[in-house]
Amino acid sequence: MNVRSTITSMFETVAREQQRQLAALSDDLKLLESGLDSLSFALIVARLEDTLGYDPFESAESFPVTFGDFVRLYESSHP
Amino acid sequence: MTLWESLVRSDGRPSGALSDAARTVRLADLAEGSFLSEPRETLRNRSVVLAIRDPLTAALTMVELDGVVRRMVLCPAGVASEHMPHVARTADADAWVSDAAGEPPSIPVEVRMDAGRELRSCAPDRRASRETEWVLLTSGTTGAPKLVLHTLASLISAFAGRPEELSPGRVWSTFYDVRRYGGLQILLRALLAGSLVLPDPEESIPAFLGRVAVAGVTHISGTPSHWRKALMTGAAETIAPAYVRLSGEIADQSILDALRAAFPRAVIAHAFASTEAGVAFEVQDGQAGFPEALTARPEHGVELDVSRGTLRIRSPGNAQRYLGDSPALKDEDGFVNTGDRLELRDGRFFFMGRTGGVINVGGLKVHPEEVEAVINAHPAVRMSLVRARRNPITGAIVTADIVLERPETDTRSAESEALRENILESCRRVLASYKVPAMIRFVPSLDVSPSGKLVRRDA
Repeated sequence: MNVRSTITSMFETVAREQQRQLAALSDDLKLLESGLDSLSFALIVARLEDTLGYDPFESAESFPVTFGDFVRLYESSHP
Repeated sequence: MTLWESLVRSDGRPSGALSDAARTVRLADLAEGSFLSEPRETLRNRSVVLAIRDPLTAALTMVELDGVVRRMVLCPAGVASEHMPHVARTADADAWVSDAAGEPPSIPVEVRMDAGRELRSCAPDRRASRETEWVLLTSGTTGAPKLVLHTLASLISAFAGRPEELSPGRVWSTFYDVRRYGGLQILLRALLAGSLVLPDPEESIPAFLGRVAVAGVTHISGTPSHWRKALMTGAAETIAPAYVRLSGEIADQSILDALRAAFPRAVIAHAFASTEAGVAFEVQDGQAGFPEALTARPEHGVELDVSRGTLRIRSPGNAQRYLGDSPALKDEDGFVNTGDRLELRDGRFFFMGRTGGVINVGGLKVHPEEVEAVINAHPAVRMSLVRARRNPITGAIVTADIVLERPETDTRSAESEALRENILESCRRVLASYKVPAMIRFVPSLDVSPSGKLVRRDA
């Protein structure tokens, strides 16, 4: 699985677990309008670290605003 | 000196204003009126619970009642109704002030009145009779809040009498509830010099930041979690503060860097403060942790001690004590032990998590024992250890290491996957979502100390 599809399926899994209505994941979707709360994002980032083996937030200079930013942050930090 | 006396300038009237999404109140108006439905005198020398929903109304009531009442208990948003009788009894309350949406008294009280949104003209009687006790609520081990006793003097000790901290013309704002320690610090600073833009509990972050921008806020504070959330809205760049403050949680390098990038011209300051210990210090160099030199000699009367591996603080900003039967707030030397473990690297102290294990998930406290009790009740579980895992969004999340009754279970099998899901399900049934472990690991054993206690090492 590539990074984008790993992220997409992680968003879907966590939304299901947290019983949240997930918006359609387009690149211009604002994360705060995705239907997920801070705790959901915390879970997503922690599990992505376990799955992908890295946490791009450690060296991120700015926080992602849209889903597209989020994916690009992970893609560009791929070790 | 009472809060009112501190606000009054040479012409006998305070300057400054407080505003929220709906209204702006000039403090000078309080010289000739009151927002209370009955005369302030009725509350003189009483122990009063402020169960006021509206933060601005609560802030104005604090100004009105300091110096008049014996004790006032500040109830922040989100205190569960079931805990209110405990709060009122522990504070020995005999009076209750609420607003339209606030809690009705949960125990019988002698005096009850409303704090409204309309100013009622009344005689400017500002006779002070005493030093009021300010009581703040903080989360306790059993879920019931602990009551922490301060005075106005201890609450303002970090900036009172320091002109460089109180230059007029500052416009303050905060993401905090002004009835919590972090927000109250900002409210009191703004009252003594400046103005304050309060957040509205119902408002979105972009809408709040929009007001902050319009009001020309120069100084703004929040927890690292507040700031991460604000940065994720994309609306943070619409404001242009000169000073950005973080407190209440450990500020890691990534949030400091992100704020530096978002506000290139602002002072980015992170402060260490807690309800019990007060404000200990503020660091402005943009680096996580704090310089070792801060522990060398007391500044402004704040003594830091790190000799026992955790940060201990003795200061005029310390709370006096807990009300009720909570354990002692200070140790035998008069220090408040924050429980925050430190590590010294290259002349700088870094925070390494907490002893006693309280996990801070985006500002919400999780006691590992509570979660372990739920996990351990599962028939397949022998024992468990719940601990924090660092997280860039909420600061920490909850994880669990579990020893099964049959530890030989293959931890990658479908059977074990089903068991993991089953344990999580039992957690979700009884625990708030931030307390449910984000991940569960099956381990062959857990370390137990010679005294028979689980060895807790924070991640």
